[in-house]
Amino acid sequence: MKTGKTMKAAWAAAGLALASSASAQVSYKDMADALHAVMESDRTVYTRMVVNRLQNEEKVIKASEHFKDDKALPLPAQMFRFGAEMVAQKKMGFSYSLQSLWPINKQNMPKTALEKKGLDAVAKDPAKPFYGEETLGKTKYFTAIYADKAIAPACVTCHNEHKDTPKKDFKIGQAMGGVVLRIPMK
Amino acid sequence: MATPKSRRIFWIWWGILTVTVAGYLSAGLLLKSAAGNPWLSPARSMLLPGKTSHGHYQIELACESCHAKPFAGREALQEACVRCHGQELKDAVDKHPQSKFTDPRNAELAEKLDATLCVTCHVEHRPEITRPMGVTLAGDFCFHCHQDIAKDRPSHKGMGFDTCNSAGCHKFHDNRALYEDFLAKHIGEPAVLGRTTLPKRNFRDVAADFPGYPADRFPLKPQTVPDAPVELMKSKDAAADWLATAHARSGVNCSGCHEAETAGKQFWVRKPDHKVCATCHEPEAKGFLAGKHGMRLAEGLSPMTPGQARQPMHSKVRGTELSCTSCHGAHRFDTKKAAVEACTGCHRDGHTAAYEKSPHYALWKKELAGELPPGGGVSCASCHLPRDEYREPGGSVKRVLVQHNQNDNLRPSEKMLRPVCMSCHGLGFATDALADAKLVADNFLGKPRASIKSLDMVADRLKEIEEGRRQKNVGAKK
Repeated sequence: MKTGKTMKAAWAAAGLALASSASAQVSYKDMADALHAVMESDRTVYTRMVVNRLQNEEKVIKASEHFKDDKALPLPAQMFRFGAEMVAQKKMGFSYSLQSLWPINKQNMPKTALEKKGLDAVAKDPAKPFYGEETLGKTKYFTAIYADKAIAPACVTCHNEHKDTPKKDFKIGQAMGGVVLRIPMK
Repeated sequence: MATPKSRRIFWIWWGILTVTVAGYLSAGLLLKSAAGNPWLSPARSMLLPGKTSHGHYQIELACESCHAKPFAGREALQEACVRCHGQELKDAVDKHPQSKFTDPRNAELAEKLDATLCVTCHVEHRPEITRPMGVTLAGDFCFHCHQDIAKDRPSHKGMGFDTCNSAGCHKFHDNRALYEDFLAKHIGEPAVLGRTTLPKRNFRDVAADFPGYPADRFPLKPQTVPDAPVELMKSKDAAADWLATAHARSGVNCSGCHEAETAGKQFWVRKPDHKVCATCHEPEAKGFLAGKHGMRLAEGLSPMTPGQARQPMHSKVRGTELSCTSCHGAHRFDTKKAAVEACTGCHRDGHTAAYEKSPHYALWKKELAGELPPGGGVSCASCHLPRDEYREPGGSVKRVLVQHNQNDNLRPSEKMLRPVCMSCHGLGFATDALADAKLVADNFLGKPRASIKSLDMVADRLKEIEEGRRQKNVGAKK
């Protein structure tokens, strides 16, 4: 890992407390870790305090992939993906996605060699993020992959029972996939 | 043998002619007003690099609508595409948004098909390669990214990639009526559901609470005495027509539409335009301007006339300028007339001509005769100006809005399934009917001749999954 490589902290505008001024320098790894900390926290809050509480505990509303048609809550994975799409529209440079070795939607299988390697690594050791560099198209990226763990009963029941799931024995605390975060390198 | 003098005169005339033609073409190209100028618009026509598609031909001389700045590149064109079509794509939950192609993990695929810009697939001015929906790619373009589909969906093995977009299967942008779980919900439905669920219009009921409605100007109190100056009441029917309308019942008097104010001075407008209607009917006017009836007005051109249409129209109305009142009729605003007669008065295509023989029209006649409740008949508007729930962005008051962009659900026709066909018909029957071009041309007189397999394929897949689960449970018990 070459953490010595740095990028200008234009990303600081995203609300990160890493840079105290526009001239501060932040390593790719630190930037990725900070962005992921925000993503993971928001994702956990939505999953536990909205979906799991209202669907599984209070049983007042369901979460559904077709939330508009079903007048339901968006699934936690959709919430995450919609955020990623909005970030992509803002052309902030970095991108992120939710992937898995056992995805319900096959489009979310790892595609690049680094994604495969990283998702394997975080599945085996969820506590240890995976970092690497890869060139996609004509751009070189710093790619960080973090385990995405089942944090509530809603995660495992929905995935284990879904008609398209390739894995039906997820347990709470297990890595169900990973967050793949990419930052273009200069 | 030409003399030097006659040669000189020839060259002088040649120079004058050249400068005149160049000046004329330059004025046509560079003056923004040229598109609407009867003298200069032919110059623009001559400079068109090629015929435009059915979607843009009405505004093809308003070059600036798409080419906002000269030599600004494809990104500037993209802004123009999004300006008119962006909301439509959002509403359709676009399955291939730009972010799918800017995602670095799809970089390899995007090199083959860079659909980050609309013009990758929809090139204008190229009639020789323009296919339905204005697509200018070869019909098997799905292959680039989905060549392994048969691994995930064995039922798709052997299917040609030029059939993905076949009727009842997949659409690149809008799959709201075609996604697997939706199809699964509607397996086995009868051809006719035995109910009609065309929502009732409710604007008057919610107008007072609806954001943007000028309730201070038009308190919802019935009006019985027209307030137009007597000397201006030239039409003897106007007062009686107005009294019979929802306008009179809802507090909108003559002055509500005809009175305008400029620099503190009030004056009477003889023929109010769509902007006046938009005072209360803003979303309707927006829909009108987005569709083929109003898109010329939206781009600052003269109103559309049937004479300019590419579709067959009655010659007697060639010069009729389209506005709100050309369909609704001034003062009377008869929605029943607007729902059929206004359409058939101009359109002369086979589908329109066949309407009066159709079972839909038979139902419409029954509704007009009071033998069926409102919404029981099927008019042109039932399908082409569908009613849908509408909220102002962020607003909580819901109203049933008539979509006045009659092209909104027309292409691809599967867009019509949910808001229109499924009000009365089962999904399978409706899909089969829309896929049958002859049946569409005959205005649905008869039955679909072929069955689209998508629902059967979903049913088979669900059975397979269920069987797999059953066998696994049996194995686990042993």
